[in-house]
This record gives sequence, structure tokens and C-alpha cells, in this order.
Amino acid sequence: MPALLQARGLSKRYPGVEAVKGIDLALEQGVCLGLLGPNGAGKTTTVEMLEGIVTPSGGTILYRGKATGPGFRQEAGIMFQQTSLQDYIRVEEALRLFASFYRRTRPLEELIRRCALEEFLRRDVRHLSGGQRQRLLLAIALVNDPEILFLDEPTTGLDPQSRRNFWDLIDSIKGEGKTVLLTTHYMEEAHALCDRVAIMDHGRIVTAGTPRELLRRHFDSAVITLPQQQLPPSLADRLPFPVHRVEGQAEILSDDLDRDLRLLLDHGVSLHHLQVRSRTLEDLFLELTGRQLRG
Amino acid sequence: MNLRRFLAVFAARNREFLRDRMALAWNVVLPVLIVIGFAFAFTGDGKALFKVGVYGDAGTTPALLRMKHIQIIPVARLDAAITKVQRHQLDLLLDREKGRYWINDTSANGYILARLLTSRGPAPERQTVSGAPIRYVDWLIPGVLGMNVMFSSLFGVGYVIVRYRKNGVLKRLMATPLTPLEFLSAQVLSRLWLIVLVTSLVYTGTNLLVGFRMYGSYLTLLLVLVVGTLSMISLGLIVAARMSNEEAANGLLNLISWPMMLLSGVWFSLEGSPAIVRQAAQLLPLTHITEAARAVMIDGAGLAQIGWHLAVLLAMSVLFLAVGARWFRWE
Repeated sequence: MPALLQARGLSKRYPGVEAVKGIDLALEQGVCLGLLGPNGAGKTTTVEMLEGIVTPSGGTILYRGKATGPGFRQEAGIMFQQTSLQDYIRVEEALRLFASFYRRTRPLEELIRRCALEEFLRRDVRHLSGGQRQRLLLAIALVNDPEILFLDEPTTGLDPQSRRNFWDLIDSIKGEGKTVLLTTHYMEEAHALCDRVAIMDHGRIVTAGTPRELLRRHFDSAVITLPQQQLPPSLADRLPFPVHRVEGQAEILSDDLDRDLRLLLDHGVSLHHLQVRSRTLEDLFLELTGRQLRG
Repeated sequence: MNLRRFLAVFAARNREFLRDRMALAWNVVLPVLIVIGFAFAFTGDGKALFKVGVYGDAGTTPALLRMKHIQIIPVARLDAAITKVQRHQLDLLLDREKGRYWINDTSANGYILARLLTSRGPAPERQTVSGAPIRYVDWLIPGVLGMNVMFSSLFGVGYVIVRYRKNGVLKRLMATPLTPLEFLSAQVLSRLWLIVLVTSLVYTGTNLLVGFRMYGSYLTLLLVLVVGTLSMISLGLIVAARMSNEEAANGLLNLISWPMMLLSGVWFSLEGSPAIVRQAAQLLPLTHITEAARAVMIDGAGLAQIGWHLAVLLAMSVLFLAVGARWFRWE
């Protein structure tokens, strides 16, 4: 089945910077693709090229097998990383304004209920909380009942509670079979929402696949964590595997737990407070890019 | 051009204007204060100067009249100059070709100048006209309202669109099927009718308080207002076409509006200014708005007399709109 949205060799040069360096992406119908990467990886530029907001310097974008024309605007739902609405406009008015731009719209009552906007429908949009604002912006992105939904870091800056609520909302939209492209630098978010993940760094896609695939492909291993003082550098240097220092903890990536734990004991390392966990996308990211996601 | 999208943006923009109480207050309060202030500050004729209009070769003006505090103003048309004598805008009018002079029989300045002129040698033939003086405030109101239209248009369209580009409002609209033409025409027409409405209200309100002289047709005056506002909004669109820096836009708008405020004859007449200044002033839309409105109000001018001002304003509007729309970028 051909992809709903496909990009080949997509690149973007700004004066002095090559933000995106020739990437290929395919977004199948009904799939939620997560674009992961640290700040400055080129995620937003990539998404905005796909949205038709930024003109690519090179490469092609096909929507349903054809170049994206003006009709694409009717079928795309877009939530930018940062959006302002005009001053002195109220929530309900903003929804109606955007609804009037499209040929086909979702029933507004349903949208209002779904995004839980009832309580502040008559409020000036400048007086909304972060979570309320993101729900309104999502409602605006959904107002034309889009085939494809672009969400650029939709939960950045939200408190954990609002973020969970937002995930539930996106999950229910996914349930309708919508195609979603999501950028995030929260691994949990990618895990919770995305069917497929592409990791970007320095304008390139480093790796892509389902979260499970990626983890299996890149490591069949676990993470051993110990309090740092139990593993001082003098001791760590004598071990046959590298020790990473992360937030006051010593971390060891292990693909053979039996062997590595025995080695630690042999070197006289105390195993008090030892933790073993499977590796996450966050670890994968760190390994692939040498950078922390949120850095 | 989709009418539904246009109307939605038009309505949203109207609401924004009416809800922005601060800006609205400035739009209304400022001109009212200026007019009332000047109505009381200049209850007498504030000008110390004697003004003598000379028709024909001004170089042959009698030496008697060439002295300090007497300003010699060459006039091109006798009938227009006579009206000015009636309005006390000229104290004496001298016709060098036919050897006549006019004064207003209710003007003290005219009386003094006439005595001066006839005190020695053969006197020109005396003619008199009569008419009440035009107060400074009558003369001022067209310019003050024009200036208000200018600020409200330039900043209300120019500055607002630049701000919307900077904070991402335009980017969000760009991601919808809304076209630049729909967006821009909604901006222009919304501002246009609101400015016409507010200006008419301000005129009516101050008129009740001060009572202007109005010798022309209100319909003609309204036409001047509409065409003048359109030209100013269109000028604002050029500023708004690409800029995304509010401070720079603010500076540029000030750079455009201040010379107009000073050189368009809002506060003082340009009659006595050097030719170069008067010619430069003809390039400014505010000059045409002020002159046309003043001609309608004070001289009772009809469409025929102010047609050329309207034509210039329309031509400017078309030019500015074309450039502004062509240059426009959402981002």
C-alpha cells in the first residue's frame, strides 16, 4: 500500500545552516509516526516542510501519490509548536473562525466536548492556561476533520496531569484511524502514542522503526545502575566494560547479566541498591546521538 | 475569493477593534481633545501677521506693504482669493492688473491695511466683501480628523499585521485554505468602515460641542473621508507586507506619519511656504485629504473642485494596494 504522505531526499538549507540533510519519510494511512530528536535536530523544519509551510531546498513530497497542492490545506490539521491567535478573540469564536475556512468541518459541539472546552468557551484566548490552550489549538487543528494531523511538540511545557489528558485525547483521535505525525522530545510520549518512531539528529534520520523493533534491533541488553560512590573511577577503570555516569548513578549497559554481575563481585563492588532495568528509547537515543534528549 | 472566509475574518477583525477599548478610546478621545483644546485656546485670531494676497505681478507690490509682519502671498485665482478675504484668511487682496483691492468690511486688519495702502499716492479702486471670520478651529478640524484617520490606518493595519506575523497568527492562518487576498481585503475593509464610522461620530460629537462652519455637502465630505482612509490603509499595507520586526515597523510608520503631520498643512497653512515644500506636500496623501475636506467645509467646494484631490487619492490607493498585496508574505 502506498504511503499517504511520502518525502524523498527532503532537505532545507538556511543561510549558514543545513537544517535538514536529505531525509526520506513515509507515513502510512492510520499510522502515528513519532519524530524524535533533541532541540535543533531539524524536527520542526521537517514537519513544516511536510505541512507546506516551509519550502524545501530539495527533495519531493507526495500526498496520495501527488505533489501537495492547495487542496492539501483542506485535508491537513496542523498544530504548531507555538501559535498565537488574534487578540480579543474568545475560544468559541476562534473555533468558528477556523471552521469557516474549510469546506468540510467536524460538528463543533462534538469537538468542544471532546477537547473539554465547555468551561471556558467564552474566555479570551489570552487568558487560558497552558493545558486549555493546547486543547483549543488541537480542536482548531481538528476542526476540518483532517485526514492527516501534524502535532509539533504538543505537550511541551504542560504539567504531567495535562500531558496525560492530552495523550488520552490524541489516543482517541488515533482510534478514528487518523494519520498522525508527532514530534516530541519526550520518550514516554513516543512510547505511549506512536506506532512508528524515527530518531532525528543533526538534520538526519538516525534510525526508524516501531519502538519495539528499534529496541530489539539496537540492544538485547539491560541497564545496571549502582550508586556512584560504590563504583569510584579508580575501580571503574579496571572493569572490562564502560561505566556511564548519569545523574549521580553509575550505569552499565550489559548484554550478559550473569557474566557482568559476577565481574562486579569479583572486583569487590558492593551490589547494595543495585537496579536492573530494560533499556528504553531514551537509552537508545543517548547511544545513537551521544546526546540527551532534553538537553 | 471565498465570501464566507472573507466575512469570517472581517467579523473577527471588527470584534477585535471594538473590544480593544484602549485603542478605541485613543481613536475617539484624542481628536476630540485637540479640537476642543484649540477651540478654546484660539478663540481670537491667533495670527499676529497681516496677510496680503497679490494677484498679478507680485514683484510690483507697493513698497508700503513690504514691511515686517506683512506677508505677501501671490494668488493665482482671484475668485478663490476673494473667498479668503470673506473668511478673514486674507486681510487684503490686491489686483495689480486692474488696480483694485478688496478688504472685508468687518475685518480690523483689512481696515488698517487699506489705510496704509491709500495713505499716499494714487489709490487702487476699493472693493469690499463681507463675511464672518473662519475660526482656527474651523480651519483645523479637517486636518485633525485627517490626521486621526492617518494614524488609525497606518498603525491599525501596518503595525497590527507586522505583530501578527511576528507572533505567529499569520503562520497559523497560512496553514488554512484562507488566501492572502481574502485576508488582506478583510483587513482593509474592516478598518475602512470602522474608521469612517468612528470619524463620523467624532465629527458629530465635536460639532455639537464647538459648532463648525460647514458650507459644503456632507456626502462629498464623506466621499473624501472614504477615499482618504482607503489611501492611508493601503499605505499601511505596504509597510505590513513583509516586515516581521515590530520595532522597525513602528519606526517606519513614524517616519511616514510625522512628516505628513507636519507638512500636510494640518496645523498651519502652507500658502507662505517655499515652493519646494508645497510641491513635496502634494506627494503626501494627508495633504490631499486635508485640502479636499477643508475646501468642502470652508469653501463649500463640490465634486468638480476637489475632483483632482480625489483622483490623486484614488490613484495612490490603487498603487499602494497593488504593491502591498504583491509584496505580501504570510511569513
